[in-house]
Amino acid sequence: MTHPVKTTQDPVQIERTEWKRRQVKARAQQLLTIISPVFLLALWELLSRTGGLDIRFFPPPTAIVTTFWEMLLSGAIAEHVGVSLYRIALGFLAGVIPGILVGLLMGLYTPVRHFVSPLVMALMPIPTLALLPIIIILFGIGDLSKVVTIAGSVFFPVVINTAAGVLSIDKIYLDVASNYGASKSQFFFKIALPGALPVMLEGIQMGQAIALLTIVAAEMMGATSGIGYLIWTSYKAFLLQNMFVGLIMISFFGYVFSLLLRGLQKKLLPWR
Amino acid sequence: MKPKIELRGLTKVFVKKTGSVTALEDISLNVGEGEFVCLVGPSGCGKTTLLRILAGLETQSAGELKIHAEQSARPLQSMVFQEKGILPWMTVRDNVSFGLEMRKAPKSVIAEQTAYYLEKTGLSKFAHLYPSELSGGMKQRVSIARAFANDPEILLMDEPFAALDEQNKFILQEELLSIWSETRKTVLFITHSIDEALMLSDRILLMSAQPGKIIQEVRIDRPRPRKIEEIRKDPELAGQFVDIWKHLQQEVQKTRK
Repeated sequence: MTHPVKTTQDPVQIERTEWKRRQVKARAQQLLTIISPVFLLALWELLSRTGGLDIRFFPPPTAIVTTFWEMLLSGAIAEHVGVSLYRIALGFLAGVIPGILVGLLMGLYTPVRHFVSPLVMALMPIPTLALLPIIIILFGIGDLSKVVTIAGSVFFPVVINTAAGVLSIDKIYLDVASNYGASKSQFFFKIALPGALPVMLEGIQMGQAIALLTIVAAEMMGATSGIGYLIWTSYKAFLLQNMFVGLIMISFFGYVFSLLLRGLQKKLLPWR
Repeated sequence: MKPKIELRGLTKVFVKKTGSVTALEDISLNVGEGEFVCLVGPSGCGKTTLLRILAGLETQSAGELKIHAEQSARPLQSMVFQEKGILPWMTVRDNVSFGLEMRKAPKSVIAEQTAYYLEKTGLSKFAHLYPSELSGGMKQRVSIARAFANDPEILLMDEPFAALDEQNKFILQEELLSIWSETRKTVLFITHSIDEALMLSDRILLMSAQPGKIIQEVRIDRPRPRKIEEIRKDPELAGQFVDIWKHLQQEVQKTRK
């Protein structure tokens, strides 16, 4: 038995209305993404103005913006942000470069992997921040101690992901390289490096997030400048508007860095 | 015919915790200069192991192999791998020139050979694309172009069309034959498809299931170029198909017991 399906309308017409409905839905969802932060800020503003939130801990966003503007004009932001960015940049490089080198060696040479990986596994769980007192004693309260702390935190995810990246290369590509007579250096540049790159970049992305977390904490403990220092001293002086400005700067740079890294990823991995 | 590939008593044993497995036992064979030989056998019969030994990716446990070289500048062999054998981070062009780049051929030779085989395989238009943008059939064309462009003494092919759909398989088989007929390279081709073997080869070698031995040899004296329709229509080849089929059935049955 067949059941005749009622088609009172042109099928193209039906599909077209369906398609339009999906378009509208997709646009509504995009709108939600934009609305959500605006909604949160508006709610915050409203609650702190009507007394729903304690204004001493949660100053209204408009007040924070005013403070931000003042600090921008006075040069305070440029000073603290500049110092922190400098430390992040140096610390990030000081962690990523050795991380990539050691990771590649671990991935390419089995003996190196067997020797180094227990050390990495044992040292990785120790938070670099817990070592901060020692680091400050050894390297002082200037830039160097911050750079060392960041480098120490960034190193581990990069090393692990780079080694994993090399090991994740499909065995058939190793066969291809060997069958077509690739030399050691050709193997490294044409197979190992590009093959490991996708997983390696994920490690670098993780390292970037960790660098930001670390800099704030490190500058809170022993520093005389930087975003972390700004947050901590503002908090101690109960200048919470200034503290929020510091937090917003961190969130802003986290966003910018991940955009930059995503751009780099697209550039380095055109084949993905 | 002058022998190009000589194998004498080639044996391969794999040792594991649970004991040892003889993958290949006492394989002796000659492949003549310019001959297209298909190696057919049930899966797990060691045919890929045999090819990998010739490709220098494994070493035999016993026995000798020799590939007679004509020109010292040429690489001895190049392999066309199964489906995933092209490098995803290189463009089609860079994949095709890979072998020539690896052996540091002169720039002009690389450019010329690469362009020639890109054209031959119909890939010129796609030379700047990455493999992820290609269909399975196109990827295998890249793999074939890479092997031919490298201009080796012999070509080894490890079930290059196994992952393709029927239509593409026939098209690529015909294309392979037409490129091959220009160069007349010695080819050792592995397949589990009897049709493919009948279509391509001068000679079919049948292998037994573990331990892999060569149990029968079938000559295919058909003029080229061959067309799949003609192969299918030919009553003599149909008979050969049934013979080979029965042989393989027996071998598969043996492994089940």
